[in-house]
Amino acid sequence: MSTNDIVMSIRDVSKRFGEGCEVCREDTSTLNGNICPNCGTVHAVRDISFDLHEGEILGIVGESGSGKSTLMKMMYFDQENTSGDYYLRSYEEGAENVFDVSSQKKREIRNEQLGMVYQNPLHGLKINFSSMTNIAEKLIAGGSRNVGEMTARGDMFLEKVNIPLSRKFEAPKNFSGGMQQRVQIAKALSNYPPILLLDEVTTGLDLSVQADVLELIKEIQREMGVSMIVVSHDLAIIRMLCDRTMVLLNGEVIESGITDQILEDPQHEYTQQLVYSIL
Amino acid sequence: MVQNFAFLDEHSKKEIRRKTLKAIAVPGYQVPFASRELPIARGWGTGGLQLTLSLIGRDDIIKVIDQGSDESVNAVNIRKLIQDTTGVPETIDMNEATLVQSRHRIPEVPLRPSQILVLQVPMPEPLRAVEPSERVTKALHGDKEYSGAWIKMFEQIMKYGHVTDDADYPVLVNGRYVMAPSPIPRFDNPKMNDNEGLILLGAGREKKIYAVPPHTHVASLAFDDHPFEIEDFSDKVCRESGVSGVFMDELIDPDTGENYYVTNDTSYMLEQLNKEEEHVN
Ligand SMILES: Nc1ncnc2c1ncn2[C@@H]1O[C@H](COP(=O)(O)OP(=O)(O)O)[C@@H](O)[C@H]1O
Ligand SMILES: [Mg+2]
Ligand SMILES: [Zn+2]
Repeated sequence: MSTNDIVMSIRDVSKRFGEGCEVCREDTSTLNGNICPNCGTVHAVRDISFDLHEGEILGIVGESGSGKSTLMKMMYFDQENTSGDYYLRSYEEGAENVFDVSSQKKREIRNEQLGMVYQNPLHGLKINFSSMTNIAEKLIAGGSRNVGEMTARGDMFLEKVNIPLSRKFEAPKNFSGGMQQRVQIAKALSNYPPILLLDEVTTGLDLSVQADVLELIKEIQREMGVSMIVVSHDLAIIRMLCDRTMVLLNGEVIESGITDQILEDPQHEYTQQLVYSIL
Repeated sequence: MVQNFAFLDEHSKKEIRRKTLKAIAVPGYQVPFASRELPIARGWGTGGLQLTLSLIGRDDIIKVIDQGSDESVNAVNIRKLIQDTTGVPETIDMNEATLVQSRHRIPEVPLRPSQILVLQVPMPEPLRAVEPSERVTKALHGDKEYSGAWIKMFEQIMKYGHVTDDADYPVLVNGRYVMAPSPIPRFDNPKMNDNEGLILLGAGREKKIYAVPPHTHVASLAFDDHPFEIEDFSDKVCRESGVSGVFMDELIDPDTGENYYVTNDTSYMLEQLNKEEEHVN
């Protein structure tokens, strides 16, 4: 990594579901959408590169199936990449491709240097365990063994995300969708990771609840200076949150730049459609 | 057809011994093995029994206990099967036994060098309560990622103020693997640490063998500010034998309705009574 305000670099990252064939392994220009007509392999993410700068919110927008979640899952080590490199400033000063480190090291990075908020709270939370225990899980995984310290940290973050402390021993399965996302956010932040990944976190929530959660995300970014990647199919959300934006289509970045510029002067035909749809 | 010594065929015994050696070489690690059918139902100690049958020789003296008792139906059935197929002598005396099979207790008399204790295990996976997939728990052990065991205890502390697992309380073996010690009371956990004998654990239904070799460090999991504690019987006295400081069953006198305590390890209690008698005579 070159400039030192870059906290994450992704280089030529691809993910295929399937073996691929002679045709599509070399050249993906013949795909039908993201599928190889010759062998049926899905090319979910194709040759993506980008940098995430300190304290910025980077948006990734694209329709359903464009590869957003697959990309996020690779960054959080939920899914293995097919090819490409991944560097983090917080890991060996960005000198090592973290896709290549041991699974134990990957867990360490996940637990201490990254936070993830999934669209589906079931993926990010143990829905039957208390909210406090859910937060402690991240702290325990990061090596904490002191109950008093962990509950103090939990209180702090539950307050930060506006969960009444009177409900901290309740399981998120009793909570509304918006509250569940708040608990996920508290958990993801609990170890003060330099990078937070948010995948469609407001999708499916009522509009007013959605606005509250988005406001919370902005507030956290301002207060904690954490760098974020926000994924959404909804350009309106990206517009509200993100400094820079990448547009994904069939696993490829078709356009990227300052969000305002993309909105004012979209280059790609697909981006133009997206922009007009929210005007 | 002639019945083979110790019921199992030699091939099966060899397989189990091989897996046992592996388990001893990697303390606390669950080694999969090809569990055999035995003429008792799975889940009734077939894992422990297969270990015993693969290890037993003509010079052994066997002791079988179930929850501290040599005389429970289970203990009697298992002992009968072992004796019918080997002809080895039985004992209830820990000092005589060379091979001890037990369910849910580690005897009060410490194991001595070269003595083997086989524990029957219903559920070998300490992470199962939080992670249903075997493939995942195997990877978690591989990465020494034991948050699952810890959050289970953390949740109990949140709900009840303390860890509520009274039996099968998880331990860290040799600083590496978190292990389910089988449903022994917490009281017995410290006995595993740095003990002189060999402890083998067998789960028949789940097809796993694991081991605590002599002089292995075994620590019960505990948070810094919630230390591990055993059941406290220090102020209790056994009504039958007058001993204290051992694991006791709490019973209710049907006549008076009062609680009283009796030593759970019955052979230990008999030993104490005999000693007393000798003393008197
Ligand atoms: N496990 C999988 N196996 C096969 N195909 C998958 C798998 N996961 C995702 N895909 C495919 O990869 C593409 C990208 O999916 P995804 O990353 O979930 O898109 P998005 O999050 O943008 O909706 C889709 O075509 C999807 O069907
Ligand atoms: Mg998605
Ligand atoms: Zn192909």
